Amino acid sequence: MSDKNAEKIAKPSLIARIQDLIASKGGRCAMPVYILMLLGFIAPLAMVAGFSVAEPKSFTAFTSFSLANFAALFEGSVWKSFAWSIGLAAFTTAILVPICYPVAVGMVRVFGRMGSLAVSVLSVFPMFVSENVRLYGWILFFTKKGILDGTLALLNGQGPDVLYTPGMTAFGMVYTYLPYMLFPIVLGVALVPPDLITAARDLGASRFRTWREIELPLAMPGVLIGMLLTFVLSAGAVAESKIVGGESVMVVTNEVNVAFSYSQNWPMGAAFAVTLTFIIGALTIYAFRKIDLDKILGRA
Amino acid sequence: MTDKKTQEDQVPEIKAGATLLDLVHVCRSFDGVPVIKDVNLQIRKNEFFTLVGPSGSGKTTILKMLAGMDQPTTGDIVLGGKSISALPPDKRPTCMVFQFLALFPHMTVGQNIEFPMRIKGIPRDKRVYRAQELMDMVALPEKYYDKNVMKCSGGERQRVAIARAFAYDPEILLFDEPLSAIDAKLRKTLQRELKELHRKSGKTFIYITHSLEEAMFMSDRVGVLRSGVLEQVGTPEEIYRHPNSSFVASFIGDTNIFPVKARPQGGYESPDFPGMEIKIAPTPELLEGKLIVRPESLKVVKDPSEADNVIRCKLRDSFSLGSRSQYLLTSGKKEITLELPHGACGDGTSEVLLGWNAQDAIFVKE
Repeated sequence: MSDKNAEKIAKPSLIARIQDLIASKGGRCAMPVYILMLLGFIAPLAMVAGFSVAEPKSFTAFTSFSLANFAALFEGSVWKSFAWSIGLAAFTTAILVPICYPVAVGMVRVFGRMGSLAVSVLSVFPMFVSENVRLYGWILFFTKKGILDGTLALLNGQGPDVLYTPGMTAFGMVYTYLPYMLFPIVLGVALVPPDLITAARDLGASRFRTWREIELPLAMPGVLIGMLLTFVLSAGAVAESKIVGGESVMVVTNEVNVAFSYSQNWPMGAAFAVTLTFIIGALTIYAFRKIDLDKILGRA
Repeated sequence: MTDKKTQEDQVPEIKAGATLLDLVHVCRSFDGVPVIKDVNLQIRKNEFFTLVGPSGSGKTTILKMLAGMDQPTTGDIVLGGKSISALPPDKRPTCMVFQFLALFPHMTVGQNIEFPMRIKGIPRDKRVYRAQELMDMVALPEKYYDKNVMKCSGGERQRVAIARAFAYDPEILLFDEPLSAIDAKLRKTLQRELKELHRKSGKTFIYITHSLEEAMFMSDRVGVLRSGVLEQVGTPEEIYRHPNSSFVASFIGDTNIFPVKARPQGGYESPDFPGMEIKIAPTPELLEGKLIVRPESLKVVKDPSEADNVIRCKLRDSFSLGSRSQYLLTSGKKEITLELPHGACGDGTSEVLLGWNAQDAIFVKE
């Protein structure tokens, strides 16, 4: 019934909403924040969008119009960078789910619902050290005569020669983005009432059926958020491919960087950025349509 | 199909009223602390058995052991002649209705009820038919089949939980205080419906509650649990009329309890009423104990000769119960409660004489 009523009330137009906002005291008080967001967040994005349709190699936006920058995506090897970025992000996400889910379940079982959230915050501690420094740490670990190689040499062995490969880039991403996957999954798993698991078992379900039919669907919102965060962040990652990956593959963020700096072709860089934003944005919106945020936050 | 077969193997045919479930010297300790202390209990087929006790008395622990969510430390649980102590919950012919119901929030009413049948592999059309039957049985409208279970009211959820338990087709249904979070009026209705459901379904119900009123209202037999010890088992009537301890008596309804001990010159006396002889019939064998006087055994008398035991009291307070009043009186330091028609205890300005006959009081050891 309430759904039908909600449909009857027409959505207010944008202008009407802005008028309402200005009319209310709270709205006026929030104005500085709106203005800051407009200037600091919306305006740069608009600039990038403007540059993406400007004449190639020009330095002014909104004065010319050309889709040549987007055409450039299909020339040369830029599409490969897109493919690597999306592919590595998908790989990172796919690897992190089976790594983090059992860890999250274990944490919730051992530390309880609240305790596991506190413990998963601890996994954020390494972020107090700059990502670059941590990645160089991995180089020290894997490099020739480094920690791994040196230790194995004592045992008459030899460390694997893995540095500066696409695989190492993926390893770096999995390492860097683990907390972003772990935290939401812990949240998701912690919100599954233990009573429901017991009830399903009592109603004849095996351990596997209980997991499949009850635990996983109820923890799924957390898993999806974790996947989304990891995917979005790793699709835009650049440090891993540069440091541990040794630029063995070029990621799209790097292409954007090069276009803006070395090539001095701002419109082209802007077009890459817009395309990446579009791809990630589309995936995000698609994923969010499938998640009920209220349910995750327990307001169902 | 195989599930059904094994279940039939487990439970041989038992006649109504014969022992179905047997708890043999069941003990349970957590980290060395005993919680259930040597419980022996026989539950008969088709009966409505209620375990009642204050919180922390171990009722939920017993229920969990019956459902298979917990195992006895020592002792055995025997169902129809076979030990089930080691069986996991999904292999037992028991099903529990949880205190907070544990409905699956991502499923509709229909999906919740069909869950156990889906697990058993019952085909869809049979499942739907049975679910509708069960919804009819628990008085849920048919159109609720597709309703989001989280959008149902408290009473409706209760019915869904019960229907889901029935869908598992268990031999024994276990109830873990499912009505404790429901308002008083609806609770009465649901209690009546549950009793009716028990009669119609012919299943064995084991119910736990801390509310004695609830236990008395619905059960065929009641077991009173106190810190892990089964104090008394009997019909509600037996437990009310012949409690075997002051704990059982005070748990079941308002009551007045006086410590008593034998006097050297014969008869009994109580420190609550110094200098007065208390007559008890029949004369107990023990020299010391407690005397239980139910509020309805007490009457206001004009003359001390009208009852075997008479005490002088002052009216302290009165509480209207609707048709009657509950009175709180004091005799010395002792508080006494009783229920009488309005105004029976005077207006509080003068002393009231309260009396009871020797055979109306119950003498217990402790």
